[in-house]
Amino acid sequence: MSLLEVESLRCGYGIVEVLFGLSLSVDEGELVVVLGANGAGKTTTLRAVSGMISAEGSVRLNGREVLGRRPDQLLASGVAHVPQGRGTITALSVEDNLLVGAYQRKDSEVSADLEMWLEAFPRLGQRRNQQAGSMSGGEQQMLAIARAFMSRPKLLLLDEPSLGLAPLVTREVFDRLRDVTQRTGTAVLLVEQNANLALDFAARAYVLEAGSIVASGPAEELQHDEAIQKAYLGL
Amino acid sequence: MNDFLEVLVVGLGNGAIYAMLGLGLVVIYRSTGLLNFAQGELAMFSTFIVWTIWNAGVPMWLAIIGGMFGGFLIGILLHQVAVSPLGDPHEKPLAVVIVTIGLFLALNGAAQLIWGTVDKRLPPLFGTGQVTIGGVSIQWQKIGSLLVLAAMVGLFLVLFQRTKVGLAMRAVASNSESAGLCGVPVPRILMLGWGLAAATGTVAGVFTAPQLGLGTNLMQLTLIFGFAAITLGGFDSILGAVVGGMVVGVLSSIVPQYVSAFERMPLAPAFILILAVLLFRPQGLFGSKQVQRV
Repeated sequence: MSLLEVESLRCGYGIVEVLFGLSLSVDEGELVVVLGANGAGKTTTLRAVSGMISAEGSVRLNGREVLGRRPDQLLASGVAHVPQGRGTITALSVEDNLLVGAYQRKDSEVSADLEMWLEAFPRLGQRRNQQAGSMSGGEQQMLAIARAFMSRPKLLLLDEPSLGLAPLVTREVFDRLRDVTQRTGTAVLLVEQNANLALDFAARAYVLEAGSIVASGPAEELQHDEAIQKAYLGL
Repeated sequence: MNDFLEVLVVGLGNGAIYAMLGLGLVVIYRSTGLLNFAQGELAMFSTFIVWTIWNAGVPMWLAIIGGMFGGFLIGILLHQVAVSPLGDPHEKPLAVVIVTIGLFLALNGAAQLIWGTVDKRLPPLFGTGQVTIGGVSIQWQKIGSLLVLAAMVGLFLVLFQRTKVGLAMRAVASNSESAGLCGVPVPRILMLGWGLAAATGTVAGVFTAPQLGLGTNLMQLTLIFGFAAITLGGFDSILGAVVGGMVVGVLSSIVPQYVSAFERMPLAPAFILILAVLLFRPQGLFGSKQVQRV
């Protein structure tokens, strides 16, 4: 049984259908990427899985149906979602943003975790008391990731972390992300346009086109697939 | 000179009331990012509850606690019935603001139905006595209102800066979608904000009623002064509401005294202040400036 199983997911905005029966799965601790161009339905997929928008089909977490729950209820079951555009709580300090990430936790290790993440992301540590909205895009992306980890999730849904970031900054974000997933054993479902970076990062990949999965397999295989190279890697 | 000081003291006393009402407005603004036009009427309604309990022979302070509790429940109820069905206020701000105007009318009508149109008498919480300090006589009620205000400010600062619920309220105000993704139960936090604001308003009403008489238009002028207070202080600032309330209170008691043109329009200084602040310092004295980098 997979950690996350999505089956024949259909959803749309008003009368516009965006997803046409999408299925995918993520195992415990697995790093999975969904590749796709603009408008393929990547963001919609994540939003439907985390309950931000309503959808039909089935989303199972450890075999239990969770479709139709609110994001905060899904977080309680171990799914954290870093939305497109990073979702910075701009008026709060970096530290307060991280504490909001731990809102549902009742254990006594929250402040220890806070220190740990401020150390793991040194750029955040330096800006601990700064208003989060005043940081650079890369810093805000790292904040969003660190904040999601504050909830100690089993699965991280990560929406296009490279969006609007310079290549070097994007690389730094991915390096940090690799470190922390290795350290925590968290599974990641990443959606990305930047196929090079994403296929380097993930173990397995899906290719999404116009609301349907058109290819899937080990990341390394897709990296050498001619059609994929043409469409997404610019080779 | 003593005349001036006495007018000043009256202004500070009124200012304390504006600040109390302003605190309720700030609480709603902090959780929803919106102005609540029904804040004054909520305060009026729960002040009538205080009066009803007190009129039944219960001690005043107990009646006030009862009224605050009643206001809290009414705030929650109104949010659940009239505000929450509209969805996230951050996405449909205009609809929610219009609903608060509707609630303003509904609460006013309901109060008239229940308590009639004849003013009730609510005695001052701290009695009618006064103390003379340096030739200036000050009513105990004024001193009491300042002390109560200080206590409320202390409680709110602790709530917002030191508690998890307060953190959640600040997060929801700034970015409700993200707060939800972080696990904050957004609808429940908004509901709590309404309850707290209504309970806060009760105290403002209890201090206003002995001065103006307890009628259904008790808080309508006060609400304008409350708006002026938080505009000056900053919509999202607790301390701003207090400083703003005091400045507005003092201005609107002193200016008409010395500038005859304002004698017949006591609200004018407040409006001029709102206009000037919005023009020259839109975030108010203590409000946080929206900072965003993309």
